[in-house]
Amino acid sequence: MKVEIQEVEHVARLARLKLTEGEKELFTSQLNAILDYMEKLNELDTVAIEPTFHVVSHQNVMREDEVQASQPQEAALENAPDKAQGCFRVPKII
Amino acid sequence: MYRLTIHELHERLKGKEVTAQEAAEVLLKRIQEVDPKIKAYLTVTEQEAIKGAQEADRRIAAGKAAPLTGIPLAIKDNMCTQGIQTTCASKILEDFIPPYDATIVKHIKEQGGFFLGKTNMDEFAMGSSTENSRFTVTRNPWNLETIPGGSSGGSAAAVAADACIAALGSDTGGSIRQPAACCGVVGMKPTYGRVSRYGLVAFGSSLDQIGPITKDVEDCAILLNAIAGHDPLDSTSIDLPIPDYCAALVKDVKGWTVGVPKEFLGEGMDPQVEEKVGAAIKVLEGLGATVKEIALPHAGYAVAAYYIICTAEASSNLARYDGVKYGFRAPGSKELMEMYLETRSEGFGPEVKRRIMLGTYVLSSGYYDAYYRKASQVRTLIKEDFAKAFDQCDVIITPTAPTPAFRLGEKMEDPLQMYLSDIFTISVNMSGVPAISIPCGFSTGGLPIGLQIIGRHCEEERIIQAAYTFEQNTDHHTKLPPLT
Repeated sequence: MKVEIQEVEHVARLARLKLTEGEKELFTSQLNAILDYMEKLNELDTVAIEPTFHVVSHQNVMREDEVQASQPQEAALENAPDKAQGCFRVPKII
Repeated sequence: MYRLTIHELHERLKGKEVTAQEAAEVLLKRIQEVDPKIKAYLTVTEQEAIKGAQEADRRIAAGKAAPLTGIPLAIKDNMCTQGIQTTCASKILEDFIPPYDATIVKHIKEQGGFFLGKTNMDEFAMGSSTENSRFTVTRNPWNLETIPGGSSGGSAAAVAADACIAALGSDTGGSIRQPAACCGVVGMKPTYGRVSRYGLVAFGSSLDQIGPITKDVEDCAILLNAIAGHDPLDSTSIDLPIPDYCAALVKDVKGWTVGVPKEFLGEGMDPQVEEKVGAAIKVLEGLGATVKEIALPHAGYAVAAYYIICTAEASSNLARYDGVKYGFRAPGSKELMEMYLETRSEGFGPEVKRRIMLGTYVLSSGYYDAYYRKASQVRTLIKEDFAKAFDQCDVIITPTAPTPAFRLGEKMEDPLQMYLSDIFTISVNMSGVPAISIPCGFSTGGLPIGLQIIGRHCEEERIIQAAYTFEQNTDHHTKLPPLT
């Protein structure tokens, strides 16, 4: 087995997910099955192969630095679960 | 009237035989009749449709009818529609009302087209059966016990059930083409970058592409004409001139070379699919094309590499759903970290969590080179396979999916089996080339079978021409599902 349950717990923390005990067990077995399948990539020698991160040539796209219209503050806040004084409000951070 | 295609309805609107408002009313009634069985729609936007139709009628009266003016369309619920909820079939976006339109929505509205509603999908487009929707299960109009395909299952089912004239979907690993095949309609994934992704909720940003799902190939060309083009708001959109795709509606493949990859036939394939696709290749051969066996030696590695790349990109893209700026927030949290954890754990469904976990794992410290970098190198090999193959042929033909639509629930317990249903479509996204799925026959059980035609980068015209030639010389696209 590649992935132990402790590793699943660690990855869940990184991904900001809280898993139930049942989910931890399920994901441990499913991730192992999927990662086993992915082992087949190691049949290929890719030492000299450049990776492709994007299929179209990716150069930075620039535009003139000029003022353009943007979302008004009210529209940007419209979907906020909680807001106050023109800001997003969140629970205590520290 | 609901059976009409875009081009047929356009002629009747222009000839003043019907009004756009009448068309909207007929389609809305059709939705009321068939959608309780199919459940293709998550939201039906009756008022907006009528309003859009009335505006279209004014435009038609003024003699300014564009090809989409007055055409009632459906759109997958992962494309932003201003003022209309866009849920991605996820609890985490259940109440999200975008303050802006996606670029393609803007283009369609500018032409006077309008939307009947938003269609069901796998949550965040993650799935191949639409069963991962948090809200409802969509059924295949050809057999209500089978899946419509996914993730754009709602859009494909709506087109097949005549619950819209045409629809838009999105395709990251086959999510337009596989449901189009399952539902017996036409679906195209354009070249990566051909259609703006601005306003499309991101899943795998280097793979996602929006495209048409239609009743015939001519409609596919018309809809592609409306949505293709460079967009300054999408830095990955291609800045090249767009041809008139309708000019490619030519019935001729004489002298063309059709490539058939030997790797795509055989293992895991339903014999009926193999038979129908083989017959379709013979049809093209009979019309003057030369068939050539080609090699895509790394095709068998595409699914493994894809599920590393798309989950890695998804884990990063979906980090934005934190309950702060929009979407669902779990109530009652006392501090920020707890709020993140509760919100994301309640807000995402099982498949989305699984992919976030997998993507986070393959990107995490110590595993990046072994998985993400390795997969990206294999992606280069897959891309080069296509480049070499296209030196020897004009288009490549494969089945769209290895089997006809499977039964609801059949693959829900085994994610890997579900992933393998995209085995023929995934390498197309990995290399960025365009491909179309068109109906090429039916199984003995009466389920549609899809033929995939793949073209070179930015050569959508060629696959439209091949697809149109096949369609106009066969009658598979004229068959109707057994719905009243």
